[in-house]
Amino acid sequence: MSERPNRQHPEDKRQPHESAAGHVSGRAVYTDDQRLPSDMLHTWPVLSDVAHGVLETLDVAPAYDVPGVVTVLSADDIPGDNETGPLRHDEILLPKEGDELSFFGQPLAWVVADTEAAAREGADRVVFECESYRPILSIRDAIDADSFHGDPHLMETGDADRALRTAPHVLAGDVEMNGQDHLYLETQASWALPGEADSFEVYSSTQHPSETQAIVARVLGISKNRVVVTCLRMGGGFGGKESQANPYAAIAALAAYHTGQPVRVRLDRGQDMQLTGKRHGFLGRYRVGFDDDGRLLGLDLQLFSDGGWSSDLSEPVLQRAMFHSDNAYFIPDMRVVGRVTKTHKASNTAFRGFGGPQGMVVIEDIVDRVARHLGLPPDVVRERNFYQEGQRTHYGQQVVGNRLPQVWQQLRERTGYADRRADVDDFNARERYHKRGLALTPVKFGISFTNTPMNQAGALVLIYLDGSIQLNHGGTEMGQGLHTKMLAVAAKALGVSSTRFRMMPTATDKVPNTSPTAASSGSDLNGQAVRNACETLRNRLAEVAARMLSLNAPEDLVFEDNTVYAPGQPSDRVSFESVVKQAYLDQVSLSATGYYRTPNIYYNKLKGKGRPFYYYAFGAALSEVEVDGFTGCYRLRRVDIVHDVGDSLNPLIDVGQIEGGFVQGMGWLTMEELVWDERGKLLTAAPSTYKIPTIGEVPEHFNIHLLEHVPQPGVIYGSKAVGEPPFMLALSVREALRDAVVAFGEEPSYVPLAAPATPEAVLNEIERRRTPAKPTKNLVPGD
Amino acid sequence: MTNLTFTLNGRSHQVGDVAPATPLLDYLRQRRLIGTKQGCSEGDCGACTVALVGRGPDGAAHYQAVNSCLVPVAAVAGREVVTVEGLSKERDALHPVQQALADAGGSQCGYCTPGFVMSMFAAHYDSADGTVDDLAFEGNLCRCTGYLPIRRAARGLEPPSPTDPFNERLHQTDTSPDPTPLSHHAHGQHFVRPTSLADVFTALATDPDAKLIAGGTDLVLDMTHGRAKPNTLISLEAVAELQTLEVTPSEVTVGAGVPLSHLKSELHGVFPTLDTMLRWFASTQIRNRATVGGNLATASPIGDLPPVLLSLGAELDLVSSSGERTVPLNGFFHGYRQTALEPHELIRSVRIPRTPTVAGARQLSQAYKVGKRGTDDISTVAASFYLELDAQNVIAAARLGYGGVAATPVRATVAEEMLLGRTWDETTVSDAKTLLAESFMPLSDLRGSAAYRTQLIANLFEKFFVDTHTPPKEVAA
Repeated sequence: MSERPNRQHPEDKRQPHESAAGHVSGRAVYTDDQRLPSDMLHTWPVLSDVAHGVLETLDVAPAYDVPGVVTVLSADDIPGDNETGPLRHDEILLPKEGDELSFFGQPLAWVVADTEAAAREGADRVVFECESYRPILSIRDAIDADSFHGDPHLMETGDADRALRTAPHVLAGDVEMNGQDHLYLETQASWALPGEADSFEVYSSTQHPSETQAIVARVLGISKNRVVVTCLRMGGGFGGKESQANPYAAIAALAAYHTGQPVRVRLDRGQDMQLTGKRHGFLGRYRVGFDDDGRLLGLDLQLFSDGGWSSDLSEPVLQRAMFHSDNAYFIPDMRVVGRVTKTHKASNTAFRGFGGPQGMVVIEDIVDRVARHLGLPPDVVRERNFYQEGQRTHYGQQVVGNRLPQVWQQLRERTGYADRRADVDDFNARERYHKRGLALTPVKFGISFTNTPMNQAGALVLIYLDGSIQLNHGGTEMGQGLHTKMLAVAAKALGVSSTRFRMMPTATDKVPNTSPTAASSGSDLNGQAVRNACETLRNRLAEVAARMLSLNAPEDLVFEDNTVYAPGQPSDRVSFESVVKQAYLDQVSLSATGYYRTPNIYYNKLKGKGRPFYYYAFGAALSEVEVDGFTGCYRLRRVDIVHDVGDSLNPLIDVGQIEGGFVQGMGWLTMEELVWDERGKLLTAAPSTYKIPTIGEVPEHFNIHLLEHVPQPGVIYGSKAVGEPPFMLALSVREALRDAVVAFGEEPSYVPLAAPATPEAVLNEIERRRTPAKPTKNLVPGD
Repeated sequence: MTNLTFTLNGRSHQVGDVAPATPLLDYLRQRRLIGTKQGCSEGDCGACTVALVGRGPDGAAHYQAVNSCLVPVAAVAGREVVTVEGLSKERDALHPVQQALADAGGSQCGYCTPGFVMSMFAAHYDSADGTVDDLAFEGNLCRCTGYLPIRRAARGLEPPSPTDPFNERLHQTDTSPDPTPLSHHAHGQHFVRPTSLADVFTALATDPDAKLIAGGTDLVLDMTHGRAKPNTLISLEAVAELQTLEVTPSEVTVGAGVPLSHLKSELHGVFPTLDTMLRWFASTQIRNRATVGGNLATASPIGDLPPVLLSLGAELDLVSSSGERTVPLNGFFHGYRQTALEPHELIRSVRIPRTPTVAGARQLSQAYKVGKRGTDDISTVAASFYLELDAQNVIAAARLGYGGVAATPVRATVAEEMLLGRTWDETTVSDAKTLLAESFMPLSDLRGSAAYRTQLIANLFEKFFVDTHTPPKEVAA
């Protein structure tokens, strides 16, 4: 997997992705690209056509009339548990006759055949009847119907009610936002190879091989040690393959179990979009109290998420939304109550930010409203409310190492914010039909899995006698550059060039019981585990090298440039290979595991208090938009970002995460609109109807500055997590659009803007400001 | 049965035993050319982009980026295809576009990357200085990078060297880039590619259920989704009579088989509204395949060309085995996906009049396309306006074409009649807006509500007034 361009100097931190040459040449192999065994079988699902109902009859027999159909899998064929829920056991894999149907497109059976065409033809022949009930398709309807997953969760500090009673100003309102399809370019894909004694090799495009392994074992009713799950690399994940790869891996394994042949499952794009969960849509209901200066005094917030039909990861997603409903702002008296609603839609799941973005959209909406209410500049009100060093959040964690003031100040200075603001105001005074908007927004994002035990990682490093090395760790590669960073960590720890390593596919028989590659934690956790394994080996090799160099202080030896030497004696050095060979002769082990757990974090869910985050990542963005008053169409003119990645492990990769995260976030908040019909069928189940940004939406001026000389204590080589935080920088686009819409009216006032702020939503608000008598149109996709 | 062959990455390739309508993408992947990816199978993501050597309007051979998911494998018979695997046959010897993309951090997950490479490759050889601009990538989706490193890589390319083998290939004269006559049966499917209209009608007479296929960007999608299962496909790609493109002082005649990319380059500057609409029409990959006739005959209410051609007063020459006739485009669309075409009749060409400007008079025109996304989206509402004003600023002629507001592309005839004889000023615009808003009863769908569409119908006309009084703004639509 380590085919790499070799033009860069090995010491250059700006190494391109370790698979870059494989990507651009088409030689990088993905799950469904593997050279398939000759007797590989193919699958096609039979999908329900009701969102809510009961499966009355299911007759799979006609499928067998199609030449090439080998078997049809239905509920009766499951030897283990018919259930794939990652946290709660509420996710049926295949319904039996008489079972409830819970979302449109729910798989009822899978046809297994010699060819995909035969499987598809067979699936068309399967006959089923469903009784149909009225589906719940929105958060509001679910609240009205008392339809929830799990119990409410509470986080509270101070006395929000008292603060709201005494605050000089109080506002109440709702903020609602759409979900988001992951639209990873590689759809869900798995294949399974049956081995002897009920063992299975499963290749899956999964962010969580250990859980995929667990679910496959659960469905087959066998122990985990009989299942090996391997992930080569993913064609994008973004959270969409954290839990949602599991059912398809289970189907592949189940089919392999029954046929004794290898079987592949790959969803086509329409199936993937209809069947798999998305970012949760959210509804926030709030009362906020504040003073004349816009200082937030009290917040009473209810957050409801659209969980879809099963709970999946909805509860931790909701929790993270609650953790981030302060964003960067100190609110002395605050109560947040969260609840996951149960609707008849695909089960919503992890997506970059994991609820954090939704929590932040709500508080940014509130802060903007506070500023407009008082006639104050929103950026001033934002800054006034920033956490001061050492203040505590609503869940009791002290905010320390707060680099936001530094980030904010640098962004204002680098962009000449005051002049930019004046230019926009001039433009708006001059132009009648077009208005520009400008907004600065901050990001404070907590790093760690909030389920504390998941903050652990393992690695396995194997050195061979020619000095070549295999590197294994528990993280998966989905494009984020984790493997590239791990190679750099390992190379640095052993003082050898990274070309010496082969990065192995992530596999459950190399590192067991791993956490998902998620929560931006991949390089923090796995990097420490890799370093730990490498240091174990280095310590062993140092003893060998010390003997070779006739020294007696192995702990001081320098490992550098593929050689080993004593400090101050660089001319007297032995090669890494010679030390490896000697180690073998000296009967010293050349393989080692590494392990890491994040120290000093904890969270008590019942009390809603703790220190769930090891540290916070910080950033801020300034976006400028121009809006056409005839159509509501807009253009993002310019973006400026200052972000804190600590001492970057790889600036090329970190900047790539910031750029990509921002554009993905912009898509969520502007053009990516999910629309269901009244039957619960997703109408936007293709890239022709669900529009993600293209290159044409990315502004010419897009400037990123990484905060300099800011090592993060206690994190691998002083770096900081970067996967998710930049996504939320895109809130600046939403706020800039709001700023432009405000400019279409006479007086500054609050503009409730739908999310996504499609041209239609924007024009609606413009029209409302032109004709204030018109009632607010509640434009909520999916309602 | 004939054998299908084509040139694949520089070598003659004998097509295996597959149905001729099998998408090229599926065929390549079955042949273990797995670099070409399936992202959507609808021509929207570009992950399956390959380069086809084709003749440009200048007569020379060009690399044309196409979506291999929308090209039947038989359509490339006798032609030349380059896939990502063909760019760097030796390890560690990447093509300059591949190297640039890798060095810039232009790949993250890498799944869309081969498609970007092929779009960049094709545009690189069409570029005077070797650099590639954003337009080349509007048909490629990337979910990881935010496109910025891809843009940087594309803008930093050097011109290809004279000895670059791909450059040399374009200047070879021994292999023709033109489609050749073909008749191929396999797996119960028949794919026939006649070279004259007479042969097309003969083929139609032989198999009355045959489907005509031009670029295939609509039909192949229907076949992939199982909505169309034709046993016989008659390709129009090699029919010379459909490839005409004639510009005279009084009119422009465009053969129905002319791809949109040719239309875009050859008619640049002739009709400003056409230029505007073609800028926002789908993507490079689609424009390289989709044809003028196909966009009209498919009769989608949200096709991009019809509003423009309606506002330009275009006429269609229809042809069948029993003769030719001419219909105004305004009378061509009969209902949702229904046209004036009789069975076994097809569009031969589109004729667009060029109205000379009288001294003192003015012609005003603008085209608009509104969607959720500026680039490569299907319109919520599209509009194209044409007005002639006399020296006194009085409206002497008006053609207002709309898409997305009714079951067919349509002209706002009531408003047009009202405008005639009126002075072109705010009052007239205001009256027209009121009338326009009442002229149509658009639907609500996933692209927009009826209320929004009604607003756009009126607002776009006012925008037209403002834009023709002041310089257009740099805002999408």
